[in-house]
Amino acid sequence: MADSAHDDQAAATEAFLTGTDSLKHASGPYFGEYGGRWMPESLIAALDELEETFDNARNDPSFRAEIAELNKNYSGRPSLLTEASRFAEHAGGVRVFLKREDLNHTGSHKINNVLGQALLARRMGKTRIIAETGAGQHGVASATACALLGLECVVYMGAEDCRRQALNVARMELLGATVVPVATGSQTLKDAINEALRDWVANVENTHYLLGTAAGAHPFPAMVRYFHEVIGDEARQQILEQAGCLPDAVCACIGGGSNAIGIFHGFLDDRDVALYGFEAGGDGVDTGRHAATITLGRPGVLHGARSYLMQDDDGQTIESHSISAGLDYPGVGPEHAFLADSGRVAYEPITDAEAMEAFRLLCRTEGIIPAIESAHALAGAIKVGQRMAAESSRPEERLIVVNLSGRGDKDVATAAEWFQLLDSTSVEAEIGKDGEQL
Amino acid sequence: MNSTPGTSKAAAAIDKARSEGRTALIGYLPAGYPSVQESIDAGIALAKNGADLIEIGIPYSDPVMDGPVIQEATNKALRNGFAVADVFKVVEGITSATNTAVLVMTYWNPVVRMGVDEFSRRLAEAGGAGLITPDLIPDEAAEWMEASDRYGLDRVFLVAPSSSPKRMAATVQASRGFVYAVSVMGITGARTTVGEAARAVVDAAHAAGAERVCVGLGVSRSEHVREIAAYAEGVIVGTALVSALTDGGPAAVGQLMADLSTGSARKEP
Repeated sequence: MADSAHDDQAAATEAFLTGTDSLKHASGPYFGEYGGRWMPESLIAALDELEETFDNARNDPSFRAEIAELNKNYSGRPSLLTEASRFAEHAGGVRVFLKREDLNHTGSHKINNVLGQALLARRMGKTRIIAETGAGQHGVASATACALLGLECVVYMGAEDCRRQALNVARMELLGATVVPVATGSQTLKDAINEALRDWVANVENTHYLLGTAAGAHPFPAMVRYFHEVIGDEARQQILEQAGCLPDAVCACIGGGSNAIGIFHGFLDDRDVALYGFEAGGDGVDTGRHAATITLGRPGVLHGARSYLMQDDDGQTIESHSISAGLDYPGVGPEHAFLADSGRVAYEPITDAEAMEAFRLLCRTEGIIPAIESAHALAGAIKVGQRMAAESSRPEERLIVVNLSGRGDKDVATAAEWFQLLDSTSVEAEIGKDGEQL
Repeated sequence: MNSTPGTSKAAAAIDKARSEGRTALIGYLPAGYPSVQESIDAGIALAKNGADLIEIGIPYSDPVMDGPVIQEATNKALRNGFAVADVFKVVEGITSATNTAVLVMTYWNPVVRMGVDEFSRRLAEAGGAGLITPDLIPDEAAEWMEASDRYGLDRVFLVAPSSSPKRMAATVQASRGFVYAVSVMGITGARTTVGEAARAVVDAAHAAGAERVCVGLGVSRSEHVREIAAYAEGVIVGTALVSALTDGGPAAVGQLMADLSTGSARKEP
């Protein structure tokens, strides 16, 4: 079974690379040699049930209508495509357009996925949702969807993150969720995922694990991408309407990779559109303190999928580091691993310093405070724009679309600390120490 | 089940216990906890006090199937500098001092990192019987199926209360040595009773053609062993032994194993 699925994917890849086929709508379980189900047998039945429910739902007009209705009248979609002319002056003078996922309800692209999965949970008759969260964005989005649909919600969060993100813990609790601090392992996002998986094994009968990114075991990568495809579909249509042509490049940040795969998907088969994924370079990829999984990682299996992974020579997972909690994950979704190997998407690291410079620039040139995650995409766009300008006599005719995946309200304390805007005696300065965030 | 007599060390150990009218007792301990030498000593204590088979776990950074006791022990082993290749020393140390077969329990990524073939070759050289793989299902195991055949190693896959009849059949077919029946939907850890689901899983595995089925998760007392002996070919004890090692060193491990073995007689062999 595994072999023939691998062969099918290899044939599809070959067909795309020789120009006869599409890379869109890859259904898994394999993306090239990545993906699959590296999971305990106890959970396979639940994954099978989820796969079947998802397949039925996506082919059911009433499900699609339900999603479309929530996207429009709850999340506020379509999100805008905003041209950022003053910011673009710093990107070699090319034209830059921002896909405004920051304007969605709850402030990021995360809402697209949680609404979809919460509806699937209801279809499966599951009454309890568990989720992992790093900084709290996915936890808040999950708590939101559960409040809306009347589902119980339990969010696993590293104990250290709970302390640093006390206000996000309060947000989740205000929305009716229970937040469980995870004190095992390195007490970070990956350990929150481990703990959620342990809960799932024990409670799978009534519980759906609402994974927050396009990673994990099949069908999660393909399913999470499906719910985020709306980003790329809208962006493609909007840029055609507003600029009259497709962009030269699309830029997105990559942690697990859900916002990126969502916007890339709309442009995967537009061969002249260059796609760039920007990973968290932390202090710099030569320092060992980063989360540049594709740039420096090696293939391995973690949390259910084969993909690139930050690991030591023994296969033990290495802790990642980034100023952006949302990118601070030592793995990456398997479809990105495949797209990297195939050459369709270029992945590059952006350091904390580069991201924060782009963060400040967008604040001051456009009046938009981006999430620090999204600031990695902005910093990447500056580099791509400058490269384009160096190769072009008419940079103003070149177009870049950047996925502004979230708003930066959650990051104000980190940014204030970074830019030394805080009175050293203030409470915020105390909390903001060590790159912590309010 | 894919096991010809003479090629499977685990099957031979289980069959020997069966011929003596007992269910096989399988004791789990993590390699390198609290040190490589002490884990060898504790393994020898298992063998000398009634263990028919020994399961040695590789400490791993992300043990999603383990509860707090085993997590704490394996984290400590890692902090003490455990390296994956140390597991071969532990296997060799136990097998050279005893006649007891040793299986290695490992999450899959450390094997991937070393290379499935190289890992298998070194395990066989160390005298290991094979692998128990909690996060590797037969669907993803093509490379391991080949390597285990090449080096004559047992491959113990897990079946669970949630396994469909189709998956049960495929997993039994892919396994060699025995099939590991998860007694309960959950993770490792001592429980006061063995789940009611355990017997149903064992029955389903037998019905799917398994000759040897061993029950693990939550087994910690001799009365659990006695209960399971009535319907399964083997019983796996982990967390309780790890706690004993933490509290009283190898001697306590030997004492608990001796106590557990009082429950292993099968009324209807």
